[in-house]
Amino acid sequence: MKNKSLVSITDFSKDEIMRIVELASEFEANPNQKLLDSKVVATLFFEPSTRTRLSFETAITRLGGGIIGFSDSSSSSTTKGETLKDTIKMVSNYSDLIVMRHPLEGAARYASEQSSVPIINAGDGANQHPTQTLLDLYSIYKTQGTLDNLNIFMVGDLKYGRTVHSLLMAMSHFNTTFNFIAPDSLKMPDEYKLFLDSIGIKYYEHKEFTDIISEADILYMTRVQRERFSDPIEYEKVKNVYVLRNSMLNHTKDNLRILHPLPRVNEIHTDVDDNPKAYYFQQAENGVYARMAIIASILGLVK
Amino acid sequence: MVKKELNVSAIKNGTVIDHIPANHLFKVISILGLDQSESMITFGTNFKSKKQGRKAIIKVAKKFFADDDINKISLVAPSAKLNIIKDYQVVEKRNVEIPERIIGIAKCFNPKCITNNEKITTKFSLAGKEPLALKCHYCEKITTAEHLEVL
Ligand SMILES: [Zn+2]
Repeated sequence: MKNKSLVSITDFSKDEIMRIVELASEFEANPNQKLLDSKVVATLFFEPSTRTRLSFETAITRLGGGIIGFSDSSSSSTTKGETLKDTIKMVSNYSDLIVMRHPLEGAARYASEQSSVPIINAGDGANQHPTQTLLDLYSIYKTQGTLDNLNIFMVGDLKYGRTVHSLLMAMSHFNTTFNFIAPDSLKMPDEYKLFLDSIGIKYYEHKEFTDIISEADILYMTRVQRERFSDPIEYEKVKNVYVLRNSMLNHTKDNLRILHPLPRVNEIHTDVDDNPKAYYFQQAENGVYARMAIIASILGLVK
Repeated sequence: MVKKELNVSAIKNGTVIDHIPANHLFKVISILGLDQSESMITFGTNFKSKKQGRKAIIKVAKKFFADDDINKISLVAPSAKLNIIKDYQVVEKRNVEIPERIIGIAKCFNPKCITNNEKITTKFSLAGKEPLALKCHYCEKITTAEHLEVL
């Protein structure tokens, strides 16, 4: 995967995904490897995202690389009307790799066509955020010891949530059984269900968030956001239905882990936080190791 | 026979594009670049058609289109039929086909797509024919027939 941009999770094959996950585990065991010595990585955040930027910059720093860039577009030349193309052409002359986040969808794909160095998409609007998916996969691998044959429950906003869509695409390589729990208005879109049908992956849909989770290996929670609802009454009806409480975890499997891309609103009650099955805070930390693995692979610094 | 049916003057050699939806005549002219062409062109519109209400016809003298060029009109005139004329005779009839890759013709319906915010040639892959569905190469969203705008 040397010199290959990572724009969408579907850009990486099953083998490439497995390699990233294994490498992340090696970096976690031995985090200070100065593989990026004298390399320059640009982090271009055309919209602010402190969480994602700090995770990337920690990964780059641990690898010994230098960082150039900006943390929001008000401090960049784009406020003077420079096109994305011109910014990318300039920055790719200075750097070995570009990490970018942009509010417009498709911006990273376009940048990858204009850049002479690889692009890592750190989020393009509501479209793709593949490094989030790879850190989710690493979290699943680390907690379950495998990615194969797992039972994954996805809960909440399955219609607009890009993280669940990318996770579904990535996990479809691993004979996953999916359970989707969502209100009618936020159901998993047909295109993803048709895709699973086409490759023979099993999935089940539920409206009630009840003891059906007793079979789950992974419970992937998402935010149900008020702005997704045209009818405020509909939001009020569902907002408290898809909330995970500690008491609901009594009859679940020992290996169950609860993931959430964070930040949460109220969909995971704070009484879950001390349960050993709660994994969302460690999940965020895994992002640094996953990103170290992605950067080192794309720059060809590891085999 | 051609002369009688088309009700406009016949051409010796060239291409007749028939069964164009009347409301898309000028889009077809623009997509094929006929407004810039040096060929002798006659066209007529609002002919009655049993199949499609009102249709338009374009006749281009001394011009034969490559498949890739002619298939560009399939988004606005999927029912169009080509008659290839040699020495006043129809020597071949062809239908248009929607290509697998649609470049620089359609507009992505997603206002947050990079192609609607910066000067970029649009690219789509064909995600479905019936009903028509185009997947944007950049934002990965699907544009369907009801939202389709030809550039
Ligand atoms: Zn688009």
